[in-house]
Amino acid sequence: MAVAKKSDVKEKGQDRGNGAPPEFTKEQELVALRAMLLIRRFEEKAGQLYGMGAIGGFCHLYIGQEAVVVGMQMALKMGDQVITGYRDHGHMLGTEMDPKGVLAELTGRHGGYSKGKGGSMHMFSKEKNFFGGHGIVGAQVPLGTGLAFANSYRGNDFVSLTYFGDGAANQGQVYESFNMAELWKLPVIYVIENNRYAMGTSVSRSSAQTDFSKRGISFNIPGEQVDGMDIRAVKAAGDKAIAWCRAGKGPYILEMQTYRYRGHSMSDPAKYRTREEVDKVRHDQDPIEQVRNRLLAAKMDEQELKAIDAEVRQIVNAAADFAQHDAEPDPSELYTDVYR
Amino acid sequence: MPIQVLMPALSPTMEKGNLAKWLKKEGETIKSGDVIAEIETDKATMEVEATDEGTLGKILIPEGTADVAVNTPIATILADGENAADLAKATAPAKQEKAAEYAPPAETRAEAPASKSGGGKEKKAPAAPQIVAEPDPEVPEGTEMVTMTIREALRDAMAEEMRRDADVFIMGEEVAEYQGAYKVTQGLLQEFGARRVIDTPITEHGFAGVGIGAAMAGLKPIVEFMTFNFAMQAMDQIINSAAKTLYMSGGQMGCSIVFRGPNGAAARVAAQHSQDYSAWYSQIPGLKVIAPFSAADYKGLLKAAIRDPNPVIFLENEVLYGHTGPVPKLDDYVIPIGKARVVRSGGHVTIVSWSNGMTYALKAAEELAKEGIEAELIDLRTLRPLDTDTVVASVKKTGRAVTVEEGWQQNGVGAEIAARIMEHAFDYLDAPVLRVSGKDVPMPYAANLEKLALPSAAEVVEAAKAVCYR
Ligand SMILES: Cc1ncc(C[n+]2csc(CCOP(=O)(O)OP(=O)(O)O)c2C)c(N)n1
Ligand SMILES: [Mg+2]
Repeated sequence: MAVAKKSDVKEKGQDRGNGAPPEFTKEQELVALRAMLLIRRFEEKAGQLYGMGAIGGFCHLYIGQEAVVVGMQMALKMGDQVITGYRDHGHMLGTEMDPKGVLAELTGRHGGYSKGKGGSMHMFSKEKNFFGGHGIVGAQVPLGTGLAFANSYRGNDFVSLTYFGDGAANQGQVYESFNMAELWKLPVIYVIENNRYAMGTSVSRSSAQTDFSKRGISFNIPGEQVDGMDIRAVKAAGDKAIAWCRAGKGPYILEMQTYRYRGHSMSDPAKYRTREEVDKVRHDQDPIEQVRNRLLAAKMDEQELKAIDAEVRQIVNAAADFAQHDAEPDPSELYTDVYR
Repeated sequence: MPIQVLMPALSPTMEKGNLAKWLKKEGETIKSGDVIAEIETDKATMEVEATDEGTLGKILIPEGTADVAVNTPIATILADGENAADLAKATAPAKQEKAAEYAPPAETRAEAPASKSGGGKEKKAPAAPQIVAEPDPEVPEGTEMVTMTIREALRDAMAEEMRRDADVFIMGEEVAEYQGAYKVTQGLLQEFGARRVIDTPITEHGFAGVGIGAAMAGLKPIVEFMTFNFAMQAMDQIINSAAKTLYMSGGQMGCSIVFRGPNGAAARVAAQHSQDYSAWYSQIPGLKVIAPFSAADYKGLLKAAIRDPNPVIFLENEVLYGHTGPVPKLDDYVIPIGKARVVRSGGHVTIVSWSNGMTYALKAAEELAKEGIEAELIDLRTLRPLDTDTVVASVKKTGRAVTVEEGWQQNGVGAEIAARIMEHAFDYLDAPVLRVSGKDVPMPYAANLEKLALPSAAEVVEAAKAVCYR
């Protein structure tokens, strides 16, 4: 994966030159590690529960892509909005939605964020400014642009983080959105999660322009490619893009070069790529291992790292326990929430 | 405590699979995320990833074991500091009682890719309820019948038409290399090549329009929507460009094009992926709309749709893809568009349905027969043009009618049928026409609510009894 690191953000004078992203402080590394581990363990549990029949329908896991969401979350501030597609569990945990509520939605229980009515692909939290969770590829892009419109209309300085995939980037509504966003200088960051595949279709088989950071050129929207496996690069790029948006300069495109380890959804035998390819990314670029290795190199005690992992596992196990034992929604819920 | 690894399910409906291969040996270290084994069903192979860390303590099911039930312990993982002596203490992750037993026929999940196996290795899915009555007038007596899945019937229909007419091609998301998200286009790329079996980007509005333009230029596209839910992205092109051009051009220019794909509810995929578009498309003059139930009808009607000079919406049903049924072994089995079929005769009440609605209707007819009510069951097969004559003729005989659909009631196909019955057979009616339908809500995800939202055979029985005043 050719990765350009063009970010030139300086943080605490730690720019290491060569366009490499600034180092994290130990505190930042630990925040990043814990947040990414939570997503990873949560997703592993979701996969396990799916295998046991506790989760139905589609279930799209975020394993491998954790640095994208966590890095961006480290860059935004309270009040900024987040919206994405159906591969959304990581975004929800990233916005600090309760793992219990998310997992209980996956199992279709009353205590889920949508009372069990939405499932894996359709979840929202008004409180956390998370606007979904959308099952139709590309649909969230105009919506995220509309969130930015509301910010601009109200004259606040909040930014809309609008996530979508490399496959979604080919939907027409994406370009309709780009045009309006630049025309009206809307504060929206289009975070394109390029994980190289849309279901079984590789980027090169679906896209005439495979450099997604250039997709805004004809609208004059700046963009850059980011190593989405290195959380420091993500955070740095996020800082820069957010500053751009908050300053009223309009939209920004970040192509996050990342990778999904698991199948598209649960029953994907992955004949369109080799196991070697997956293993290589996992071995060379894993976003969590990168942080862990840096911490160990900085003489962090391995036991402390294990303690973080144990704490995260405990949160996930508690969520799984809740999600499996919470009641199903009351039958009367069938007819609620159609109107208000 | 040592942890048991359980046989996972590839889909909510999978019950057992084969343990194809162990990729780790006993005693090997395992990290979370490592692939430890490969399992397979007749549809797909999948990797089992460890979610716990430690060493592989014991393999409980050797590789090569067939038909291992889901949730059977297949191995034990020892945590740090544990050894073989701890094996006996292994615990399994808490097992899940199935939330509700909504069990559609075992089916390839949407988005589940094709296995490399040929059509012959097809899942032995439950056969659709056998249709006994009324021999099909289209099939000469003594014709040999072949049992095949609806998925295969569709594939064969397309392959036959592509062999017959070089202007026929298929395009859509994942139709070529992946062999179809639901395996319907299996083998077509291999036979017809990439010029005629075309993977598109995810851009429904765009490729629907490209298909329509190509049809205006005289080609005969088959446009597959991965599901009809996504065709909403392309609605403008389908209605404004495909359906209306012949009329607007004073008959000079139309388009011969088929839009096909699964329609209606699948299992547990919630509101944005479970919608029945029967009523939507069948309102539009200029479109033909087909929604078959039996394997033979899927084949014969798809062939007719491809040959038809008009834009045709061909609504399939994911839940039915794996169902098998007899298909006549004829060189060219084409069923005329616009003709309903009486699949069961009876004198007490007419039940009208189509596509998966027939599943409920057939079950209900059996139940009703036990209680002495003989239902006449009509499978519409085509929704536009609607075969009013067949419905009216039946109602004139029975004096009572019930419609069954998965879609919503307001402005639904059932409403249209009721209106036509009223217009053409009012004096014959002994009771108001009743409609059984999907509930007036978006499709919920939760298993118990989803079951309530869909129509059921019990509701059909109840409605039939009501119109019979029983
Ligand atoms: C409009 C629409 N078309 C097709 C689909 C089926 N579908 C679901 S996910 C997907 C692939 C999307 O890939 P990408 O945007 O790269 O996101 P990723 O899954 O890689 O995160 C497809 C085709 C859909 N949900 N909506
Ligand atoms: Mg992708």
